[in-house]
Formats: sequence, C-alpha cells, structure tokens
Amino acid sequence: MSDGTVMVFLNGASVVVSAGSTVAAAMWNAGQPCRISVTGEVRTALCGMGICFECRALIDGRAHRRSCQVVVRDGMVVETQR
Amino acid sequence: MTQCDVLVVGAGPAGIAAATAAAISGRRVLLLDENPAPGGQIWRVGQPMPKGQAEGQTAKNQAIARLCACGASCLFGYSVYDAPSAGELRAICESGEAAAGPVPGDPHIVGLRYEKLILATGARERFLPFPGWTLPGVFGPGGLQALVKGGFNVAGQRIVVAGSGPLLLAVAAHLRGYGANVVCVAEQAPLAKMLPFAASLWSHPARILQGIQYRAALGTAPFHLGCWPVAALADEVSGKLTGVRLTNGKRTWTQHCDLLACGFHLVPNIELASLLGCAIQDGFVKVDHQQRTSLAHVYCAGEPTGIGGLGAALVQGEIAGLASAGKPTDSLQGRRLAERKFALKLEAAFRIRPELRSLARPDTLVCRCEDIPYAALEKRSGWIDAKLQTRCGMGPCQGRICGAATETLFGWKQTSVRPPLMPVPVSALVYPGLQPVSLKEHL
Amino acid sequence: MASGATAAGMGHLVVMDDSPAQLALTQYSRSIWRELMAQLPASVEYQACGTIWVAADEEEMVEVYAKSRICASAGVQAEVLSPAQLANAEPRLRDGLAGGLLVPDDGVVYPPAAAGFFLQQAVQAGAEFLQGSDAVFASQGLVRLANGTTLTADRILLSPGADCSLLPGLPIRRRKGHLLITDRYPGFLRHQLVELGYLKSAHSTEADSVAFNVQPRRTGQMLIGSSRQFDNNDAATDEKIVRQMLQRALAYMPGLGQLSGLRLWTGFRAATPDKLPLIGPAGRLTGEVADPSLWLAAGFEGLGITNAPGAARLMADQLLGRISMIDPEPFLPNRFVAQETVYV
Repeated sequence: MSDGTVMVFLNGASVVVSAGSTVAAAMWNAGQPCRISVTGEVRTALCGMGICFECRALIDGRAHRRSCQVVVRDGMVVETQR
Repeated sequence: MTQCDVLVVGAGPAGIAAATAAAISGRRVLLLDENPAPGGQIWRVGQPMPKGQAEGQTAKNQAIARLCACGASCLFGYSVYDAPSAGELRAICESGEAAAGPVPGDPHIVGLRYEKLILATGARERFLPFPGWTLPGVFGPGGLQALVKGGFNVAGQRIVVAGSGPLLLAVAAHLRGYGANVVCVAEQAPLAKMLPFAASLWSHPARILQGIQYRAALGTAPFHLGCWPVAALADEVSGKLTGVRLTNGKRTWTQHCDLLACGFHLVPNIELASLLGCAIQDGFVKVDHQQRTSLAHVYCAGEPTGIGGLGAALVQGEIAGLASAGKPTDSLQGRRLAERKFALKLEAAFRIRPELRSLARPDTLVCRCEDIPYAALEKRSGWIDAKLQTRCGMGPCQGRICGAATETLFGWKQTSVRPPLMPVPVSALVYPGLQPVSLKEHL
Repeated sequence: MASGATAAGMGHLVVMDDSPAQLALTQYSRSIWRELMAQLPASVEYQACGTIWVAADEEEMVEVYAKSRICASAGVQAEVLSPAQLANAEPRLRDGLAGGLLVPDDGVVYPPAAAGFFLQQAVQAGAEFLQGSDAVFASQGLVRLANGTTLTADRILLSPGADCSLLPGLPIRRRKGHLLITDRYPGFLRHQLVELGYLKSAHSTEADSVAFNVQPRRTGQMLIGSSRQFDNNDAATDEKIVRQMLQRALAYMPGLGQLSGLRLWTGFRAATPDKLPLIGPAGRLTGEVADPSLWLAAGFEGLGITNAPGAARLMADQLLGRISMIDPEPFLPNRFVAQETVYV
C-alpha cells in the first residue's frame, strides 16, 4: 500500500500494519500469541533481539521463524507456531 | 567466497568505530550485522518517536555518517553461524530483501574470508526466573525498547521497568517518548552501592547530565532503589498481565501494570569468540591493550570484553580497528583505561543481590524453550547433567537464556560451543554453493 | 553419569543380523526393552516406531529379501515393502526408491534418561552411587579414584565405553560419529529410517563413511545421522563429513533441508575387531596373568543402548552362575586372548 502500511494475514485475519514493523510487534498489537510452548503456555517475544526464540512463528509457510527479526511484507501470512 | 582485509562482526557502536578506523587506515573492510541496519541494540533504528528527539541521536548520526564516508562495505541481515576453517566465517540471511537465494525467500549463505577479524558482538540481557516471568506482557527492558522501535504499540500502557543496570532509566525515558505511562522503575541495586557509583561519575559530566535527563523524563513516577520483582501477576481468566509484586526486602506490594520490562543487566555474547577458540576469562573475552584476543588475528571490542557501555565500546572499537590495520593506538590508551575503570565501577554497582537467586518456586520454568521447572534442575549436579537429564538448554536458544540464569542460580558453567552458532536450516550445513557478495554492493 | 556415547547416541533399539551372535543379543535385548516398556518413565521417551530399512535400487532389494528371510527364521517380525507401500509409510522419502523392510518392533529411547532410570533402579536395590571422581586404577580387587578414595571388591565390572585409558590393552578402537538434531516438526516422520547402504557403511572397517539414518523423536524433533570415522580423536565437528552426511540425508529426504537444525555434536563408539561386545571376565585381556577380579561390559559400538539390558542379564548370569537365555560364549573377552595364542 502507498500510505506507509501493509496488509498481512495473522492467524487468518487480515490486519493493516505500519510498513517497517516487525512481525512480533504486529502480532502483539493484534493480540495474537507468537507460539504455544511445549507444555501449552502462550508465549510472546521476550528479548526482542533474536536471541531467546520465544517469538517463533510460522511465516509464509516456514516454521520456527523469529518474528522479531522479520519485517512485515504485503500479503505475508503469519500463524502462531504450535 | 568474499575476501576482505578486516572483517568486523557486529555493527553496534564498537563495530562501527572499528570498521571506520580500519577503513580510514586503508584496509578493505567488511562490516556484518544480523540486523537490517547499523546501530546495534543501543542505536537501533526504528519507528520514529512521536514525542521529541530520541536521546543520543547526535553521536549516532555522526558515527554512521563517518562509517558511510570511510569506504567500508556493509552486509546487513546476515548472522554468522560457523567458522569452518581458519580465516573463514560463514553467514546466513534468512529474511528481508537480502534473502534472494535460488528460490525466492530461501536462505542466502555467504562465505567470508579475512586477514583480521574484529568481534563486536555486543551483549544480551540477563533474565532471572521468577513466578510469572513467562507470561505474555513480560519482556526484557532492552527487548521492549527494540520491539517498540519495530512498531510495538505502548501508547497509554502502564509499564513497570524493573531489574538492574543503567539501561532501566534509559528505557523508561524512551518508552515515555512513545507515549507509555511508566508507573515506576525498580532497580535491585541498593542505594549504598549506587552512591559510590554516582559519585565516581564526577569525571564523566556528560553521563551525569544524561542520568538527570532520564530521571527528569520519568516525571513523577518513582525510581525505587534496592527494589525487585518477586512475581508477575495475571488475570486467571484472560491470562493478561495485571501487575507485579515488588519488594524492597522489608515490604512487598502490588504495582498494577499492563506490561513489565524486567532484565538484570547484561550478559556478553561470547559464543563466536568461544567457537574460534579465543581465551575466555571470568566469562569475558580476554584481550590486551590493543584489543587483541589470544588468537593473533582476532580482535574483540565492546561488551564481550567487559560490560562497559557506549564509551568503552567506541574507544575499544577504534583501537581494534587501528590495531588491525597496523596503526598506533597510543593516543587512545588513556581513554581506554578510564573506560576500563568505569566498567569496573559499573560491575560493582549493579552486582546481582543474593535474594534474586531464590525467586523461582519449584514450578517456575527456568528453561523456556523446553519448559523445564526449577524443581527439576535443583537436584542436578551441573550444566551437562541438567541438559542430559532434563533437556534444559536443549532448545533453539541453545541455552543463551537459561544458561545465564542457571549460572546465576546454581553457579553452573556452560560448556563448549559448537556450530551452528544459532539454529539454521539443515540445507545451510550442506551449502551446495556459497554465493559471492560484491564488497561494494551493500554499502 | 551417562555422558559418553550414551549422551551422544541416537537411542535406536534395533535388531541387527550381521552375525548370528549379534542377532541373538539384539533380539534378546529388544525383548527385555519391550518388557520394560510399561515401567519406563515418560522422560525415557520410549517409542515403538519401528525401523524401515530403505532400499534404493534392485540390488538393495535383494538384501531386503535376504534380511526378511533371516528375520523370519529368527522369529523377528518383518515386512517387505513395495515402492508404493514405502511411499505410503513415509511420504517424505524421495520418489523412485525400490522398497524397504519394516521391522515394526524396533524402537527408540532417549538414552541419558534410560540410563538414569537404570541407575535409579540400582540405587533402590541397594547400590551406592559415587559420582564426580574418575577411576584411575583397577586391579586385583582394588579401585582407586582420582580423588584418592580406594574401594575394594571381589568383582570389579568395568564399562568404560570408548575411554579405555584404564585398560589400554583392550581390543577397542574409537569410531567417531556425528549427529544433528532439528527443531520440532510433529508428524514429519513416523519410523526410524535407515538406508540399506548403512550396513556397508557400518561394516567397512577402515574408511570414513556416511549413511542416511534419520529418527523421529517423541518431541517431534528429527535426529539426523550418521557418520563413521576411525582414528579421529578430535571431538570437534568435522565440516567435510557433516556435509557428506547431510547431503546423503537430503538425497533420500529432500524436505529435511528446510528444517531448522538446532545442534550438531560428535561422539565416540567403542568398536571391537569382530563387531561383538566384550561381556564377561577380563581374564588375560588385561595382563600376562589373569586378574579374576576384573570383569568387562564394553565394546558395544553403535548398539550400546540396544544391548544394555541383554548384556546386563548375561553379566549377572555369569556372576551368579546361572544359565543364560542366549549363548554367552561369543561375547567372552578371552576370545581375543585365544586368537593371540593360536597365531603367536
């Protein structure tokens, strides 16, 4: 989009976010967890700099991507990592 | 394979200073960072701050302008994951524009050959487990700051900033700039330790001024010294964070908030130095006055050599850059020494208090990748035993979070580092063909 | 505890048939594992996932039929798979493979936790567990530890794995291996898959070799192997052989390439010249004069976890003078002493 926003799909819902946002930030703003832990806890980003792997998500079909290190792109499909 | 004289890993202040100094001295320099832009954690670029100019912009803009003018090539979005032979590193780009592999979106792998290597890999936050620390809404202070720069919306959010280190006030001021309601800052170090530290700053007037500015930016929000979190609280139905229990050792109270930013000072990123075989002393990379490690061709600057902050990073980076180019560094040694002294004071002031080792309850998770509770770990004999018998540290963070925690909790030392330095697609370890990078292409 | 090959290995419980003795011991041991199944704590991650031996071409299919005949005569359940059945059982294998042999009763455990379970049972039965100090001397009923402690016993059982510094005379060579573990991808794989070429790799005694060998863990992770190198005592990962090993894996299962690889490590197998372990009195293997106090359970190469319970029963039977369920003779350490006497 030309107005400084892009459209992404977060867990099936289309969401308009600022261009340049990270996927982790977009997920938090939309109230979506990044991943479900191995014992079923809801997790979101912790370190924000690619070290803790808490923000792993399924991005454009690729599992276990660190969403804090990935910038949104128009049409990107993101799902909570389970 | 890409060839350079000086390869600098990490484009924070130390790496920028190193790359600039080496390039000005006539060396062919390649500066590499896993983030999409230079600046590291402290100078991270991001969404503009709505309220006024972010602090430290002048120093940052100057440093980056000098970097752009110095002739160094830059490669952003690449993480080093292997050092397959002497004088060679391998790096991967998994995302962003640079990921232009044979299949669009496939990881892009480069081989980098160097004569001299400068490690400026920075630090990460130390996290200590306490009940509720795995709840959504609990972040590292630097982590939340980075997320906010990536578009995380904190406007109107009530935030408690807690833990330890000079970063707390800076982060609190920064969050206010983005419209957050910082309700309090809780620093675990007691006044008795902070006073000598503050007094020692007389020789650093700029730092006193900056501290005063940060404190003023907090407005009426209290800044508690000798105060730490004992539990993060959540609504039982929604799971949303509702507040944090804080204590000063005598009294414990609930502070309501929407977000908690909590981290206990910094842990150096020494994994690449360890993989290369650089000597490590007391958890830091051992260097001489030229920032040279125990390996003759490898230098290290900034936090991995001792947590010293921006000033230390800049002078050490410049020394490493000059020394790698064979230039004298005498004129910088006085500043280096002063920063060294400052780092020692910093270390003494923000030392972790013993109470923080007993915040975890038996069911508090320590390893967040594998969900390993404290009770499973306390009976283990050491790091390896814990890894083998409980899976602690076996997840994708490779023990970077829980390893620092168990070192503080149990005194366990982490063991040898092996490639890959971070999880990479299996295909990256097969690399059918390394892709060349033109040294100028990414400037 | 359990920090040598036990910590490094895959934990594949597998019937191997390259000699009648090995078939007997692996089959016996696997039956004990299956008896134990109900008692094993969840941390042992026991999975009866079965093994599929994958045949790449018609030549390897000949081996599949031979293997299936051996299994049938030994009473080991096994089923020959057509190319379509193989693809159906493991859809992520590449097209064009010739077929395979499914051995459904094989399984997988997490070895360090299995060792922890056995240790706990020993302690509950009255054994005392000392840890933190290596044994530096063992002879004539006496064991000395690095911390200076001296222990005495009528029988001393040595299970040194690939570290033979205590008994340098043992006919054991270190054979290095590599493994890679991935992040969690539940449902990616259902059986442990091993290429039939693995048998050639495991048998070729000298050259470095790799084989496709991938295992699904109960966590959803994949363990990818395997490599074999003699005379390489460097615990560091070897980039060249890792590349060969993973290229081999990707040639059979290209989808593995996209999985996130978390950790890569090495370990050392304890290999004997005849590929059978040493189970029983050390006899003259440790010196000119037989030392009746020293007993061995060593040299299991890649089958230490599989054979652990069977070896333990054989050992206990010999110590107590009981008759064993299988013939202990092929595993007696003195078989190597006897050979020397004949040839010298």
